[in-house]
Amino acid sequence: MASVAQGTEKAGKARRPRTGRDRTSTHEGFLRYRNGRWLKISALLAVVLIALYVFVPLPGQHFGSSWLGYTLGTLGALLILWLTLLGVRKRAITPGRWSLRAWTSAHVYLGLCLIVVGTLHSGFHFGWNVHTLAWALMMLVILSGLFGIWVYATLPSALSDNRYDEEGAITEKQMVESLRSLDRQIHDAAQPLDPQAAALVNSSLEENPFAGTFWNRVTGRYGRDATRTAAAELRRMRAYRARTADDPLDKVDALLTRKEAMLGRLRKHLRLKTWLQAWLYVHVPVTFALLAALSAHIVSVFFYW
Amino acid sequence: MSFLIRQIALKSSGEEIVRGSRVDGDELTIGRDAACGVHLPDLAVDPRHARVTRIDDQRLMIESIGDQPFDVNGRSLNRRELDIATGAELGFGGHRIQLSRDADTGLPVFSVRRVEAVSESAEDVDLGSAYTLKGLLPGKRMSAWTFAILILVAFLAFPIWSYATYKPLALHKDDRRPAGFHADKAWSSGHLSLAHKNLENDCQACHVKAFVAVRDNACLTCHTQDAHQHIPDAARLVRARGEPHGFAAFQRAVATAFNRPAGRCVDCHTEHEGAGAMPATRQQFCTDCHDGLKTRLTDTKIADAADFGTAHPQFRPTVIVGMNGAKPLLQRAVWSPTLREPNGLKFTHAQHLSKVNGVAQMVRRRPGRFAGNEGLGCQDCHKTDSGGARFKPVVMEEACQSCHSLNFDEVGGTFRSLRHGEPAMVVADLRAFYRGTAPARPANLSGLARRVPGDAALRASAADYARAVRFYPTRADQAIAQVFSKGGMCYDCHTVTRGGTAATDGFAVQPVAQNGRYYNTGWFDHKDHRKTDCAACHTRAPQSNDASDLLVPGMDGPGGCRSCHVGEGGTHLASVKVKDPVDSGCAMCHSYHMDSGAPWQPKGQRDRKRQQDPIHTAVADRPRQWGPASLK
Repeated sequence: MASVAQGTEKAGKARRPRTGRDRTSTHEGFLRYRNGRWLKISALLAVVLIALYVFVPLPGQHFGSSWLGYTLGTLGALLILWLTLLGVRKRAITPGRWSLRAWTSAHVYLGLCLIVVGTLHSGFHFGWNVHTLAWALMMLVILSGLFGIWVYATLPSALSDNRYDEEGAITEKQMVESLRSLDRQIHDAAQPLDPQAAALVNSSLEENPFAGTFWNRVTGRYGRDATRTAAAELRRMRAYRARTADDPLDKVDALLTRKEAMLGRLRKHLRLKTWLQAWLYVHVPVTFALLAALSAHIVSVFFYW
Repeated sequence: MSFLIRQIALKSSGEEIVRGSRVDGDELTIGRDAACGVHLPDLAVDPRHARVTRIDDQRLMIESIGDQPFDVNGRSLNRRELDIATGAELGFGGHRIQLSRDADTGLPVFSVRRVEAVSESAEDVDLGSAYTLKGLLPGKRMSAWTFAILILVAFLAFPIWSYATYKPLALHKDDRRPAGFHADKAWSSGHLSLAHKNLENDCQACHVKAFVAVRDNACLTCHTQDAHQHIPDAARLVRARGEPHGFAAFQRAVATAFNRPAGRCVDCHTEHEGAGAMPATRQQFCTDCHDGLKTRLTDTKIADAADFGTAHPQFRPTVIVGMNGAKPLLQRAVWSPTLREPNGLKFTHAQHLSKVNGVAQMVRRRPGRFAGNEGLGCQDCHKTDSGGARFKPVVMEEACQSCHSLNFDEVGGTFRSLRHGEPAMVVADLRAFYRGTAPARPANLSGLARRVPGDAALRASAADYARAVRFYPTRADQAIAQVFSKGGMCYDCHTVTRGGTAATDGFAVQPVAQNGRYYNTGWFDHKDHRKTDCAACHTRAPQSNDASDLLVPGMDGPGGCRSCHVGEGGTHLASVKVKDPVDSGCAMCHSYHMDSGAPWQPKGQRDRKRQQDPIHTAVADRPRQWGPASLK
């Protein structure tokens, strides 16, 4: 799915020569692919399975070991394997009927359908065992995927908005370039400053814009930011000083203010990208944990047959 | 004395550009201020940071102007003597200054380079990863492997190790694994039923071999006594079920492919379905074979049976059809309202249950003696057995004798009675009674009597007496005949014929048999029906005046079981009216593992009282097939 996001980004770049802020899109995302074909297929599958579960008489109570249970289990295991294959498939981009978008659409909706398949397979018997572990991991993967869909559906527009201003769009590279340029200007403008002010300005220059923990990135909050501190301190110092015609602090202050704005934009960009990526750090590793638990589940069933 | 300054900058191609200048005088300042001899445009450097003074031709002194230190050969100092010939490396903020001696002029040369970028953002940034979470979170590949391996070890390798360790304990009834954690318990899909609770820790007790589905030998390790076979011939059982068709055949094929043979105990007794009682057997389990059984087992004597409400064969009670000496001959017969059971007795249920005749009057005269005061009730004669499921045989001495007295003599307030059930003794007792007593001697035969003159009267008395004495034994014969004949005590209740021996004076009492259980393949429990009036089922009792009327209800008709009991799913025939239907699956009356007891029921559905009373299933005198009924 990550590549889909990048695809959106590329499309955004291609659309750059435009006049207004209102954008119209002919883009058909994976959620609406072919008018929700996979949504319909998955919904139908879920309804059929629920109907089977409710109406088909079984010799005993609902359990993984009834014929329906085995059927659902086999279906679920195959679905899980196929869903995992998206990771392989997305590395080979092909057009047409089996386009990556089609795969992604099917991945999303069949993945959601797996909630029904897996839960009906359990027959609602849960306990502290490897079987429920597999179910729980499956749910964790699906829920993290659901979260991923939500951020993919909502955040790219915010990401776009953040990159656009009255001068047009700005790329990730340009964000860095612009910070560098501001830093050079600040550096030059700060040359006449006394050691104390110069040290404050220098601390801003020495601050890595990409520094910060995962938590900083997720929240977008960076406490004790050097640039903000420098700007504030300089303003405080200047407040008690007589005004002169060309105080170098004026220029430094203006430049620091611009840097703060650019830094803010960069950090918002980082925050949005973090949200767009972080769920995969759950989705992917837990998928492999699920594959392991699923193997243990299947082996255990046949082992203690 | 002068100082040579060389400002070295790098082109983007990596080529160096050197701008040289010369500062005259014995003193050189280094700082951010443009007026300084060595101008360092570096915010980490003070406007006037350090001063270099000449000591002699060989040596220079460098010292801080403020308190800010600088680096000399990597050490942070405020003051240092420098040897020009040896040279030195000075560090000011992001700048490095190399001190050396100029080869031509011999003057000290300060070569200034910027070694650090102006700012952190000006450093090289890898745009490919700067905007990702690389380095902030554990890598996806790394955590995927870690999780997967942890789970495989904990939930696959460890349980297999547990299994292998305790494998030798399998098939040993009393061998248990030590208490505590066993990794293969993580494979348990649910708690065991209450009956198998003590096996919860012992997976190997049932799962004997890896990848081999649970076999009967595991069950029979413990169930040596209580697993009764449904029919002894297993092959016949399989034939009775018939070849599966359609989806069932497919299921069968899949099960066979996965090494799950049919007909194992666990086919029905599923486990790991929660810590409750085992679920009751569903009707479908029985009807799989018994519905249309005759088409598959043409030689079977068992009628086809399916849902009780619609497709149950008529009941076939075991009834007494005659006597073989003292033993009753029993035979199963199809129930019908006219079915009769000659048990050798004469009894008028209707007369005895009446509330208006002499019997009722007798009850009214003896208040407190009977259950009711208006007339006899069923329970005055019929007493339940200890379990309450059925009734004890009616005992004459307990049930009948209080009215139908066998007394014939009184001696000093003690009544002598004839022995019930022993006709020869009755004859003997009566003869003894008449032999041991003489007719009363007329008073006028005593010597003290006043007499009419002459012997005529006396002779007459003596002659009468002599005749009385002479004929006294004849009165015993009369009494015997009277007892055994119409109007006599025995004849009231028994069928008496003249085929007897001399010991019974030629009379013979037909033997009596009472049937202890009519329905032997099904289970009927009176206790479960005690809230129902007896006559609700035994509807003909208040009208029957013939003891050979079979008052046991059948399936249909008034009082029949179908009056209340409908099929498992509530089905019943259109012709039958059911007021308060009771859903009745096969297992309500029938048991798969047939023994003489009540059909198996899950614990939760069992009557608590019944559980406390273990006797109720152990009724010894109930015949399984053909055999003697209880005899009275």
